[in-house]
Amino acid sequence: MFAAGTESAGWFLEHAWLIPLIPAVAFFLIIGVGKRLPRGGSEIGIASMLASLVIAAGTAYQWIQRVDAPVAEGELGLSRASAGFGRVVSEKVATEGHEVLPVINSWNWFDIGGLKVSIGSHIDGLAVTLLLLVAFISTLVQIYSTEYVRGDRRYTHFFASITLFSAGMLTMVLAPNMVQFILGWEIMGLCSFLLIGHWWEQKANSEAALKAFWTVRVGDMGLLVGTAALLSVFGTLEISEINEKAANFAGDNKGMLMFAAVALFIACIGKSGQFPLHTWLPDAMAGPTPVSSLLHSSTMVVAGVFLVARLYPVFHVGLDINIAGQDFNLIAVIGGITILIAAGLAFVQDDIKKVLAYSTVSQLGYMMLGLGVGAWTGAVFHIFTHAFFKCALFLCAGSIAHTGSHHSFDMKTDMGGLRKKMPVTFGVWMVSTAALCGVPFFSGFFSKDEIIDSAKYNDYKLFYFVAIIGAAMTAAYMTRATYLTFFGKARGGAAHFVHGDDALATNAHDAHTVDAHAADAHGHDDHHAPAHHSAPLPFAKSDSSWQITIPLIILGVLAVVSGYLNAPALGIHWFEHMTESSIGSGTAMSVPPPPKFTWAAAAPGLLLVALGFVVSLALCKAVFGEKKNALQGLTQRNVLLGAGHKFLVNKYYLDALYEKVIVHSIAHPISRVVYWTNQNILDGMVNAVGKGGKRSGEFVYKYLDQGLVDGAVNGSGATARGAGTALQPVQSGKVNLYGALLFGAAAVGALVLVLVNS
Amino acid sequence: MIQDQQWLLSVGVFLPLVGVLVMLFIPKKDEATAKGVAIITAAATLAVGLYTLFKFDYDQSEKLQFFTTNSWIKPIKATYTMGLDGISLPMYILSMIITLLVMIYSWDHVPNPGNAKAFFILMLVLQTGMAGTFVAQDLILFFVFFEVVLLPMYFMIGVWGGENRQYASLKFFLYTMFGSALMLVAFIALFINTGSVSFSIPYLIENGSSIAKNTAIWIFAGMFIGFAVKVPMFPFHTWLPDAHTQAPTQGSVILAAILLKLGTYGFIRIALPILPQAAEKWAPAIGVLAVIGIIYGSLGCLAQTDMKRLIAFSSVAHMGFVMLGISTLTPLGINAALFGMVAHGLITGMLFFVAGSIKERYHTLEIKRLSGMLLQMPRMGWILGFCAMASLGLPGLAGFWGEFPAILASWSPAEVLVANGHQTLFRALTIVAALGTVLAAGYLLWLYQRTAFGEPSAEFAGAGHGHDDHGHHDHGHDDHHSDIHDVSKFEWIAWTPLLIAIVVFGVVPSLMFKVMDPAVQQLASVFGGK
Repeated sequence: MFAAGTESAGWFLEHAWLIPLIPAVAFFLIIGVGKRLPRGGSEIGIASMLASLVIAAGTAYQWIQRVDAPVAEGELGLSRASAGFGRVVSEKVATEGHEVLPVINSWNWFDIGGLKVSIGSHIDGLAVTLLLLVAFISTLVQIYSTEYVRGDRRYTHFFASITLFSAGMLTMVLAPNMVQFILGWEIMGLCSFLLIGHWWEQKANSEAALKAFWTVRVGDMGLLVGTAALLSVFGTLEISEINEKAANFAGDNKGMLMFAAVALFIACIGKSGQFPLHTWLPDAMAGPTPVSSLLHSSTMVVAGVFLVARLYPVFHVGLDINIAGQDFNLIAVIGGITILIAAGLAFVQDDIKKVLAYSTVSQLGYMMLGLGVGAWTGAVFHIFTHAFFKCALFLCAGSIAHTGSHHSFDMKTDMGGLRKKMPVTFGVWMVSTAALCGVPFFSGFFSKDEIIDSAKYNDYKLFYFVAIIGAAMTAAYMTRATYLTFFGKARGGAAHFVHGDDALATNAHDAHTVDAHAADAHGHDDHHAPAHHSAPLPFAKSDSSWQITIPLIILGVLAVVSGYLNAPALGIHWFEHMTESSIGSGTAMSVPPPPKFTWAAAAPGLLLVALGFVVSLALCKAVFGEKKNALQGLTQRNVLLGAGHKFLVNKYYLDALYEKVIVHSIAHPISRVVYWTNQNILDGMVNAVGKGGKRSGEFVYKYLDQGLVDGAVNGSGATARGAGTALQPVQSGKVNLYGALLFGAAAVGALVLVLVNS
Repeated sequence: MIQDQQWLLSVGVFLPLVGVLVMLFIPKKDEATAKGVAIITAAATLAVGLYTLFKFDYDQSEKLQFFTTNSWIKPIKATYTMGLDGISLPMYILSMIITLLVMIYSWDHVPNPGNAKAFFILMLVLQTGMAGTFVAQDLILFFVFFEVVLLPMYFMIGVWGGENRQYASLKFFLYTMFGSALMLVAFIALFINTGSVSFSIPYLIENGSSIAKNTAIWIFAGMFIGFAVKVPMFPFHTWLPDAHTQAPTQGSVILAAILLKLGTYGFIRIALPILPQAAEKWAPAIGVLAVIGIIYGSLGCLAQTDMKRLIAFSSVAHMGFVMLGISTLTPLGINAALFGMVAHGLITGMLFFVAGSIKERYHTLEIKRLSGMLLQMPRMGWILGFCAMASLGLPGLAGFWGEFPAILASWSPAEVLVANGHQTLFRALTIVAALGTVLAAGYLLWLYQRTAFGEPSAEFAGAGHGHDDHGHHDHGHDDHHSDIHDVSKFEWIAWTPLLIAIVVFGVVPSLMFKVMDPAVQQLASVFGGK
């Protein structure tokens, strides 16, 4: 298969392109035959994700081997070998022991105008991390979905879309060039549209789907233009070449590189829900919960972060990150703002999924901040750990709605006191919350702390404070959500579930019919009968059934242990070792190594987090507790607090700006003005010319022809009638004479032109 | 030039006329026979086309193949010259496919006032004109075919069109005629300025660059207007929405899929290679008008209340991308334009098909009145969604490869344009054009949301046969709307090839790029490298 002298990099590394291909093929199978299968196509989806997972695991294994076993000396440079079907296998082999180069495996896709575009796989530490993560989370989410969307009227569509969604993310993750990257990126956009709008009978859902697609599309302008700019700077769209050239950038058109970085970052702002384009993300909760879970953990929203990490040399050099004396840069600023504004919004949400949605936005801000201050490893590791605990939190929310709160996501009206009846869900929620808040020895601690530390040591002091304040806010809003959901008195749907009280149940059901909640108004009512539910786990009989709780338990465990792949606090730097070759380095780029961990440095952040817990818990007890006190209803009484609350509830009025001002003005007044211009001015001119032509025809006929020509001939009645018949069409607007008139005019024009120029 | 099988293109072009001849002897009442003969003729024509596809030498796609030249009208030195290269081939074949599919669709969709025989005859004549335009290698021959197309379309709109058909057809005819007149002037001027030797395009390409620059700019202006009206480019587009809205479905499909491309094809085949020195002067203006067209057309779409008119306006926007690609004078941009021409033909053709079928079922295309189509006609609804996604340029479907390379190309336009100091202009145009992709997502998905999502409106709610657990089977069936049914057999036959082609060309764009690229590179070499 390979030309002599080139060693195979390993079967899995060479065949990683199968990872997205399998679910992509599965999508067509599900669409084609899914409805006829006993499980409506879900079996194909799950099988394809499992197959991808196995190959991804094999790829990860071989990648680890590759990193740990430095290649022999003497195999310098880039060796390329043709391997049938026009496939090019290029495997860069390094001399130094620690520098491991990616395995790129690609076919020619098309050539146009000298531009070669390939399709294939680019495998390195970063790609392997995401491949494994996406395949793993997708598998769990699909298993979970078999129970969660059971009986849905578009069950097969759901599995088709969610499988294609994973395929899109996987395609993007191992893209060797920008075109394949955009392909995967946009496929995800399509699937998010389909999945968020899955219950499109309700207008709120289809609007959320449109909003997601449009907002991301606004960012995508940057992706298109940024890619064009990259092509003009580097003359290639291959990611490995772009990175190498950017890292060693020495040209004089640095401005264009910066432009490309900014344009591409705009795409990331849209996709990764960064300020100011974050507004689509909370609305995206209109989709089924497994979708929210997948969308917010390992796919879609991390795509933007992934783009920055993937093309890090472009951003690092283009935006002068880590240049001495730089206090801020675009990425850090946007990341920092996002952390705080999203965390602020999480405080005023009543919908549990929206709390989690804003929490995701805020955590994505951390990832961006990490990339903006040079903490590449921290940021990528945060993608990794965040995926597990955020996926777990969303699936917990789904589990509660599915079993404990009558399909409501409203914490204030339908939850509370659920911890005893739903022990698995509660346990996983608590572990994941601890990880999210960065409690020591849970996974989120290790990743987030590295970002915070780097901000401090790389001299982005302001962002250090932003990050620790954000951490405290995270702890506080998660405490609020936890309290409202699992503690206190059971309310509404939860009361029915916890007490099993029929009288209460009737009341609860009357007050909260399923369709009253737009976010989950999906007609679950048609399969409420308990007979439909599968068996729960033996030790948690009142909790959700096993398809839901087993994925939860797995994710809960990972929310703790995944952090130990890179735990600077314990001297573990394994993840860093595996992925550092993806960062990029060169004459124009030097990323500082991660700072050495000390507990003293971590202490201020941890103290603030602890403070966040304590204060929030106290406030929750006071505000939501049963004892009457002065704090309750304070926002109604105090004008200043009330205004602040209103400002938050209205999401800083950004939605109003976008929807009511920008979108509305384009869709209505602006487009109408344009159309009016079209009809009355442009078309008016055309019609005027037409009428003018007709009038002059009439004039010619009436005065010249009938008056002069005909008069001169002194024609008999017969002649006049003959001429009249012949010329009648002029008056009645027949075509051919207009044509003749125009041709006559044109012929005169031609003569003039020829005479002038001869 | 490769001169083998010289008869092949003539057969491909004129075979439909043989069918017309046969059909003249079929009594008007015997509609089935007339339709059958027409469809068999179109199928035979396509078979000739497929044979051409098979015999085409793809390793020499930059050369004119099946080349033939004969004396024709001696006094004016017009010759009968035909040839086919990688630039013509895709459109030549597409015209044959579209005609056949439109005819199959027409089997049970002959619009009012009937008379299938005449309707099918017009489509065959139209086919000869379209195919002829794409293979003509002589300006007079090109002009004749270009004009032959006009008449059948004029009658299709004027006789089988909607309420305002008289106005629309006349406007279509006169406007295009006006452009053609100027184009003919330009052709004659070209002839005279190259020594009155020949109208043959290969000859003119060789000798066109000897024309003085100022003269060339004027001649280009004439061609520009002729082609720009046909494309149509802003501000010459106003005939299009009327023609499309009033035309019968078949007319709209052919108009969108093929007729508009006669203009862009003219730019690529005639205007750029014969007058490169003028093209580089005109390119910035073309680029600006193209981008105005993109934004203007998109905004026009947002203002529409009628689905068909919306699709018509979207053509203005999409053809703007094609023209933007051409204006860059780069191989990348011209490839994008050629790909965009075919992609737009497939996608917008499909959209007009769907619109026609919706009109047939609901007797209206007013967006406000349509809702919940996915529940009443799930398959039709999904096809509409698929076409909307393709139309807004989703990667993996054909539309993307017309837009994305055009954007890449306009960021880095041809060297001659950079040398003239137009780089910044073109970069600004790129950004504005990228905004066009956002607006495209805007009007298409908004249309989709309003028509396909939600519940069927009360007006049509009784008529659905779509979804078992959702159709409201209250027995108040309104006879007027009881014909709302999902995609029919003939619709499937006519649409499936287009739907497959949209996916296949989206996934494997090299199928087309490979054919076009050598010819385009040769064409663009005069403008300097990439």
